[in-house]
Amino acid sequence: MSAHDTTEPTRRDFLYIATGMAGVVGAGAFAWPFIDQMRPDASTLAVSSIEVDVSAVQPGMSLTVKWRGKPVFIRNRTPKEIEDAKNVQMGQLKDPIARNANLPSDAQATDADRAAAKDKENWLVMIGVCTHLGCIPLGQQGEFGGWFCPCHGSQYDTAGRIRSGPAPENLPIPPLTFTSDTVIKIG
Amino acid sequence: MSGGHSSYTPSTGIEKWIDARLPLPRLVYDSFVAYPVPRNLNYAYAFGGILAIMLVSQILTGVVLAMHYAADTGLAFNSVEKIMRDVNSGWLLRYLHSNGASMFFLAVYVHIFRGLYYGSYKAPRELLWILGVIILLLMMATAFMGYVLPWGQMSFWGATVITGFFTAFPIIGDPIQQLLLGGFAVDNPTLNRFFSLHYLLPFMIAGVVVLHVWALHVAGQTNPTGIEVKSKTDTVAFTPYATVKDAFGLVLFLILFAYFVFYLPNFMGHPDNYIQADSLKTPAHIVPEWYFLPFYAMLRAITFNIGPINSKLGGVLTMFGSIAILFIVPWLDTSKVRSAVYRPWYKLFFWLFIANAIMLGWLGSRPAEGLYTLFSQFGTAYYFGFFIVIMPLLGLIETPRRLPNSITEAVLAKTKSGGQLAGVAAAPETRA
Repeated sequence: MSAHDTTEPTRRDFLYIATGMAGVVGAGAFAWPFIDQMRPDASTLAVSSIEVDVSAVQPGMSLTVKWRGKPVFIRNRTPKEIEDAKNVQMGQLKDPIARNANLPSDAQATDADRAAAKDKENWLVMIGVCTHLGCIPLGQQGEFGGWFCPCHGSQYDTAGRIRSGPAPENLPIPPLTFTSDTVIKIG
Repeated sequence: MSGGHSSYTPSTGIEKWIDARLPLPRLVYDSFVAYPVPRNLNYAYAFGGILAIMLVSQILTGVVLAMHYAADTGLAFNSVEKIMRDVNSGWLLRYLHSNGASMFFLAVYVHIFRGLYYGSYKAPRELLWILGVIILLLMMATAFMGYVLPWGQMSFWGATVITGFFTAFPIIGDPIQQLLLGGFAVDNPTLNRFFSLHYLLPFMIAGVVVLHVWALHVAGQTNPTGIEVKSKTDTVAFTPYATVKDAFGLVLFLILFAYFVFYLPNFMGHPDNYIQADSLKTPAHIVPEWYFLPFYAMLRAITFNIGPINSKLGGVLTMFGSIAILFIVPWLDTSKVRSAVYRPWYKLFFWLFIANAIMLGWLGSRPAEGLYTLFSQFGTAYYFGFFIVIMPLLGLIETPRRLPNSITEAVLAKTKSGGQLAGVAAAPETRA
């Protein structure tokens, strides 16, 4: 038999491939629990929602609460801050999407769609984690009078929209509802 | 050089008995005693040995520190304070470990720059170089996770920022970050796994170091002339010549190390890390340890979108790319001449590269605003330009100086012009 003969695959070839595949699948199945254990565990995943009483938060005051391990900024905005946010043209925004979990994902980042509720445009509730690399921005600082991230210089305006610096997105707005005039339920 | 036959001759009965069963003494003798090294190695070549000692030192101090440390967000910060105040000699061991990390990086950067200057990465030493880059990556991961363990403000926010890099990648970014953190933010699961991995990785480094030394002993060491060893007169025995030279370099290095440990133990740390981690308050300036600053500056330099890549992803890719590019350096450099000694233009650009790296380090420690950002952008451009443009181009257009025919010729030529003292060192083997 010459070495150039092309013969049909033999039964042995099939067995080699089948054994090899079984080994690969077995190795993958064995590796999975080692990777899987790294993912957030049940206690971390347990969905939690919090209720926050904001009756004591006067215009110009802010409150930071912790929700799912992250800070949430609740700000009672002054009329000037609302006015400033409304006067921004959509073209000036780096991220034109509202990033509001309570609205469709393509909602525009107008001040009305950033505010906590239609008739409560003085309230701004956002996850206070810079969309760049996760630092906590400082309130009422920076060029736009909104939030300033000390880590890498991202600046957000009074509606929490990214205006300059390396952050790519507006500060996200968590799912929220007003259960009464002064109580906000987050999550 | 491993090709040569072994010159080990067991003399006593027990040596012969072991040699016939497990010839480990023979391996050590051939690798670290009789092993021929180029006769013209300078002190820049001592840093390989220094790094080996630093790895051992870090593992030793780390293992004993782990006996007193508690990897739990409620206990970690206080357990470190306990090491500082209550544990016998704890302050010394912790300062040795934390300053040891800085010294480790100082030595590795000198070692890498030595390789870049003398062209140590060129054929046939590409794999040797690549293994070195892998060691650097493992060192960075180890150092980063170790810095998280004291659970101070910089620990927490450093971990937040660095794991945040992964969120830059579309779609897979967030799941990867959650996989790393074990949650939605840095918390107890993160601290636990970082402690586990911080303990594991140094042993992986040790494993890669074995491959690194193996590859070195196959190709043989380079030397300041960049000319391969051609005859026996080009080399001296590893012991005593290189051993003693390395040991003297090590002593000087350890004096510097001791100076920091005993007189400036917190000079390279950050005061904010003596404040317990607070997940609701970011420090005014987050800065990484000094050895990450140049990469941090490059991360922050990308403040603009590049086509479909937004500034955040761009910054992260730039930072990862600054290390990744080292892997292909052996193929970027087109020059046939190895050593910068004979490459006048490369030498100039090399020193500019060093100055640029130091400038980037300084910029990384500054706030991210105004001119600092602009200079970081220039620095980043030069960093990549050096590898992508200068290295390939220079090999084609540069006229190198005349190379000596051999290491011996280069050494003797230096002796003639260098006066009588050098003559003693020039031909050490003739004195025997």
